[in-house]
Amino acid sequence: MSDETAATSSPEKRSLLQELEIDTRLLGMIGALVVLWIIFGFFTDWRFMSPRNLFNVSVQTASVAVMATGMVFVIVTRNIDLSVGSMLGFIGMTTAALQVQWLPDIVGLGHWSIWIIAVIFAILMGAVLGAFQGWVIGYLTVPAFIVTLGGFLIYRGAMWWVTQGQTQAPLDTTFRLLGGGAEGTLGETLSWVFGVVAAVSAVGIMLMSRRRKAAHGFHLKPAWAEGILMALAAGLILGYVWIMNSYPIPKGAMKRITASQGIEYTEDLVWYHGVALPVVILVVVTVVMTIIATRTRFGRYIYATGGNPEAAELSGINTRFLTVKIFALMGALTGIASIIASARLNAVDVGLGTLDELRVIAAAVIGGTALAGGIGTIYGAVIGALIMQTLQSGMASVGVDAPLQNIVVGFVLVFAVWVDIVYRRRTGN
Amino acid sequence: MTKQTPLVEMKDIRISFGGIRAVDGVSIDLHPGEVVGLLGHNGAGKSTLIKILSGAYKMDSGEIWINGEKAEINTPRDARSYNIETIYQTLALADNLDAPSNLFLGREILTPLGFVDDDTMEAETRKIMKRLNPNFKKISEPVSALSGGQRQSVAIARAVYFNAKILIMDEPTAALGVHETAMVAKLIGELKKQGLGIFLISHDTREMMELCDRVSVMKNGQLVGTEKVEDVTEDDILSMIILGKNPKAAA
Ligand SMILES: Nc1ncnc2c1ncn2[C@@H]1O[C@H](COP(=O)(O)OP(=O)(O)OP(=O)(O)O)[C@@H](O)[C@H]1O
Ligand SMILES: [Mg+2]
Repeated sequence: MSDETAATSSPEKRSLLQELEIDTRLLGMIGALVVLWIIFGFFTDWRFMSPRNLFNVSVQTASVAVMATGMVFVIVTRNIDLSVGSMLGFIGMTTAALQVQWLPDIVGLGHWSIWIIAVIFAILMGAVLGAFQGWVIGYLTVPAFIVTLGGFLIYRGAMWWVTQGQTQAPLDTTFRLLGGGAEGTLGETLSWVFGVVAAVSAVGIMLMSRRRKAAHGFHLKPAWAEGILMALAAGLILGYVWIMNSYPIPKGAMKRITASQGIEYTEDLVWYHGVALPVVILVVVTVVMTIIATRTRFGRYIYATGGNPEAAELSGINTRFLTVKIFALMGALTGIASIIASARLNAVDVGLGTLDELRVIAAAVIGGTALAGGIGTIYGAVIGALIMQTLQSGMASVGVDAPLQNIVVGFVLVFAVWVDIVYRRRTGN
Repeated sequence: MTKQTPLVEMKDIRISFGGIRAVDGVSIDLHPGEVVGLLGHNGAGKSTLIKILSGAYKMDSGEIWINGEKAEINTPRDARSYNIETIYQTLALADNLDAPSNLFLGREILTPLGFVDDDTMEAETRKIMKRLNPNFKKISEPVSALSGGQRQSVAIARAVYFNAKILIMDEPTAALGVHETAMVAKLIGELKKQGLGIFLISHDTREMMELCDRVSVMKNGQLVGTEKVEDVTEDDILSMIILGKNPKAAA
């Protein structure tokens, strides 16, 4: 039995892509995004590529993308969560009522602590609801499909009861910043700081992994290939910041902001948005979830359980409690998403979050998460969410009406999964 | 038999699945530095019996004694705390993970900050694989990309790495080539010298005669008998397996 692998000592010529060693799936998703942007740009006189639109698309992606990172863990362990859209609505409505009706009576209207209490409450509420669902799934062994289908109905109904169907608005002014908008950004200077820190970290991580590989005697990309990838990563990050920093704040908002800061407003005073807070939240969530997935025991057990539940149990992993933790995490992320969604709209009506569960699942699946379990990446789900949002916003700006939008999204979802299946078969994964 | 306290004593173990009495009042024991072979036809209850010892199944009745003390083994974690390591017949590997992740599953080496230390685990895996299967090179590929024998090596490495005192091997050589089988035989010899007790399950009676000190034969969930290998012939064992009767007892 000889198992020399070709990879350890292959002298044959490698193509450009092989040299770069980019995951072809990632490349495919980015390719799809670029194609979509070009198509929509072309049909909108490049309005679709304007800083204003890119700002909006990235803000609108945030809520679904945050939930999609949690859905990766759920699907990797061979479960599903159909309740996230309704749960988002329920949490959003309760948190809104907290800000609009209950807290003002206790701490006073406009009190500084309201947004903090609201944020903590939303995340905790999600974690508790999720943990309960996870307990029913893990310990009572009711299938996740059924439990979360029940949750889907229950939360949507419960949402109505919180306020008897009344829309809650306006929300706390500080809380609203978390939804993006003219005020809810890092501003120009901080955005550059954010961009530079992110770019340097990305390059640093790539350098570190190269050093690690070298220490283990793995095949190394040639230095030029590594250089191209680093430049690409840093360029993408800084390019995004640059675009966000060239989206001027409209006049109305400028007057409001200058007035609140005691600065005199003149016609030629122009400020720019910078990176929106929901995007910052999404970046933080993505980084943290990636660390959990790849660097912690919890993450390792999630993938092990998805790959072979019996083996995981025989290795002493408490797969039931693991299920509780995964759904609690999913719930907490739904809480965060609900903060972003409600803050962006500055109001919560009984429709908030409708159909979001399907967008979230589609984002995770388009991003390469296998429904059979065991496989899925966090960054894939985030890009999946971006593709979904690009499609939706793009079709809206091209003037496709809503029913047709749904039809297209439906076809794209099925098509994407089919491509994925063919890809897996080809690569033998 | 030696007079010292047995490493493991399983007394009058019973377990049923639905109506099937998979293990029906079986008692076996194991001493330090001894290899006890379990033989029997397919479905005789061998795997079920040792899965009770490894914490995968909970017995309906019976007692397990380890080092002369009564042991409570309800989960695989409990079994590990008694230094019982198992190579399952199904191997129990997570196919989507690589060899180091499987080897350390449930017992990951952590960095001081509490993150999984993949570098160290990989280095340790290389070390132990060098000893068990020097041809093994696919360290960082998912084990689904490995051959049956390579997967088996990973499962063996996992059981051997953690300083087991009691080792359970359920058909460890079923998928191995001639060379690798010889490596396992050598390994069993070494571990025996270190004072481990080993339960070995195999269908290869000749191999069992060579490797084991005693063999126990099961049929339909019951124990047919336990004999020292030097006291019986291969034919005796075969007739125990097939007829379910102990020729020595009958004689
Ligand atoms: N989890 C289970 N549920 C139901 N029945 C089971 C289960 N595990 C084992 N059995 C039954 O118990 C009996 C003994 O099975 P076991 O796997 O212990 O046999 P074995 O001696 O290991 O056979 P083999 O040589 O084929 O591995 C069989 O009849 C089997 O069908
Ligand atoms: Mg068996």
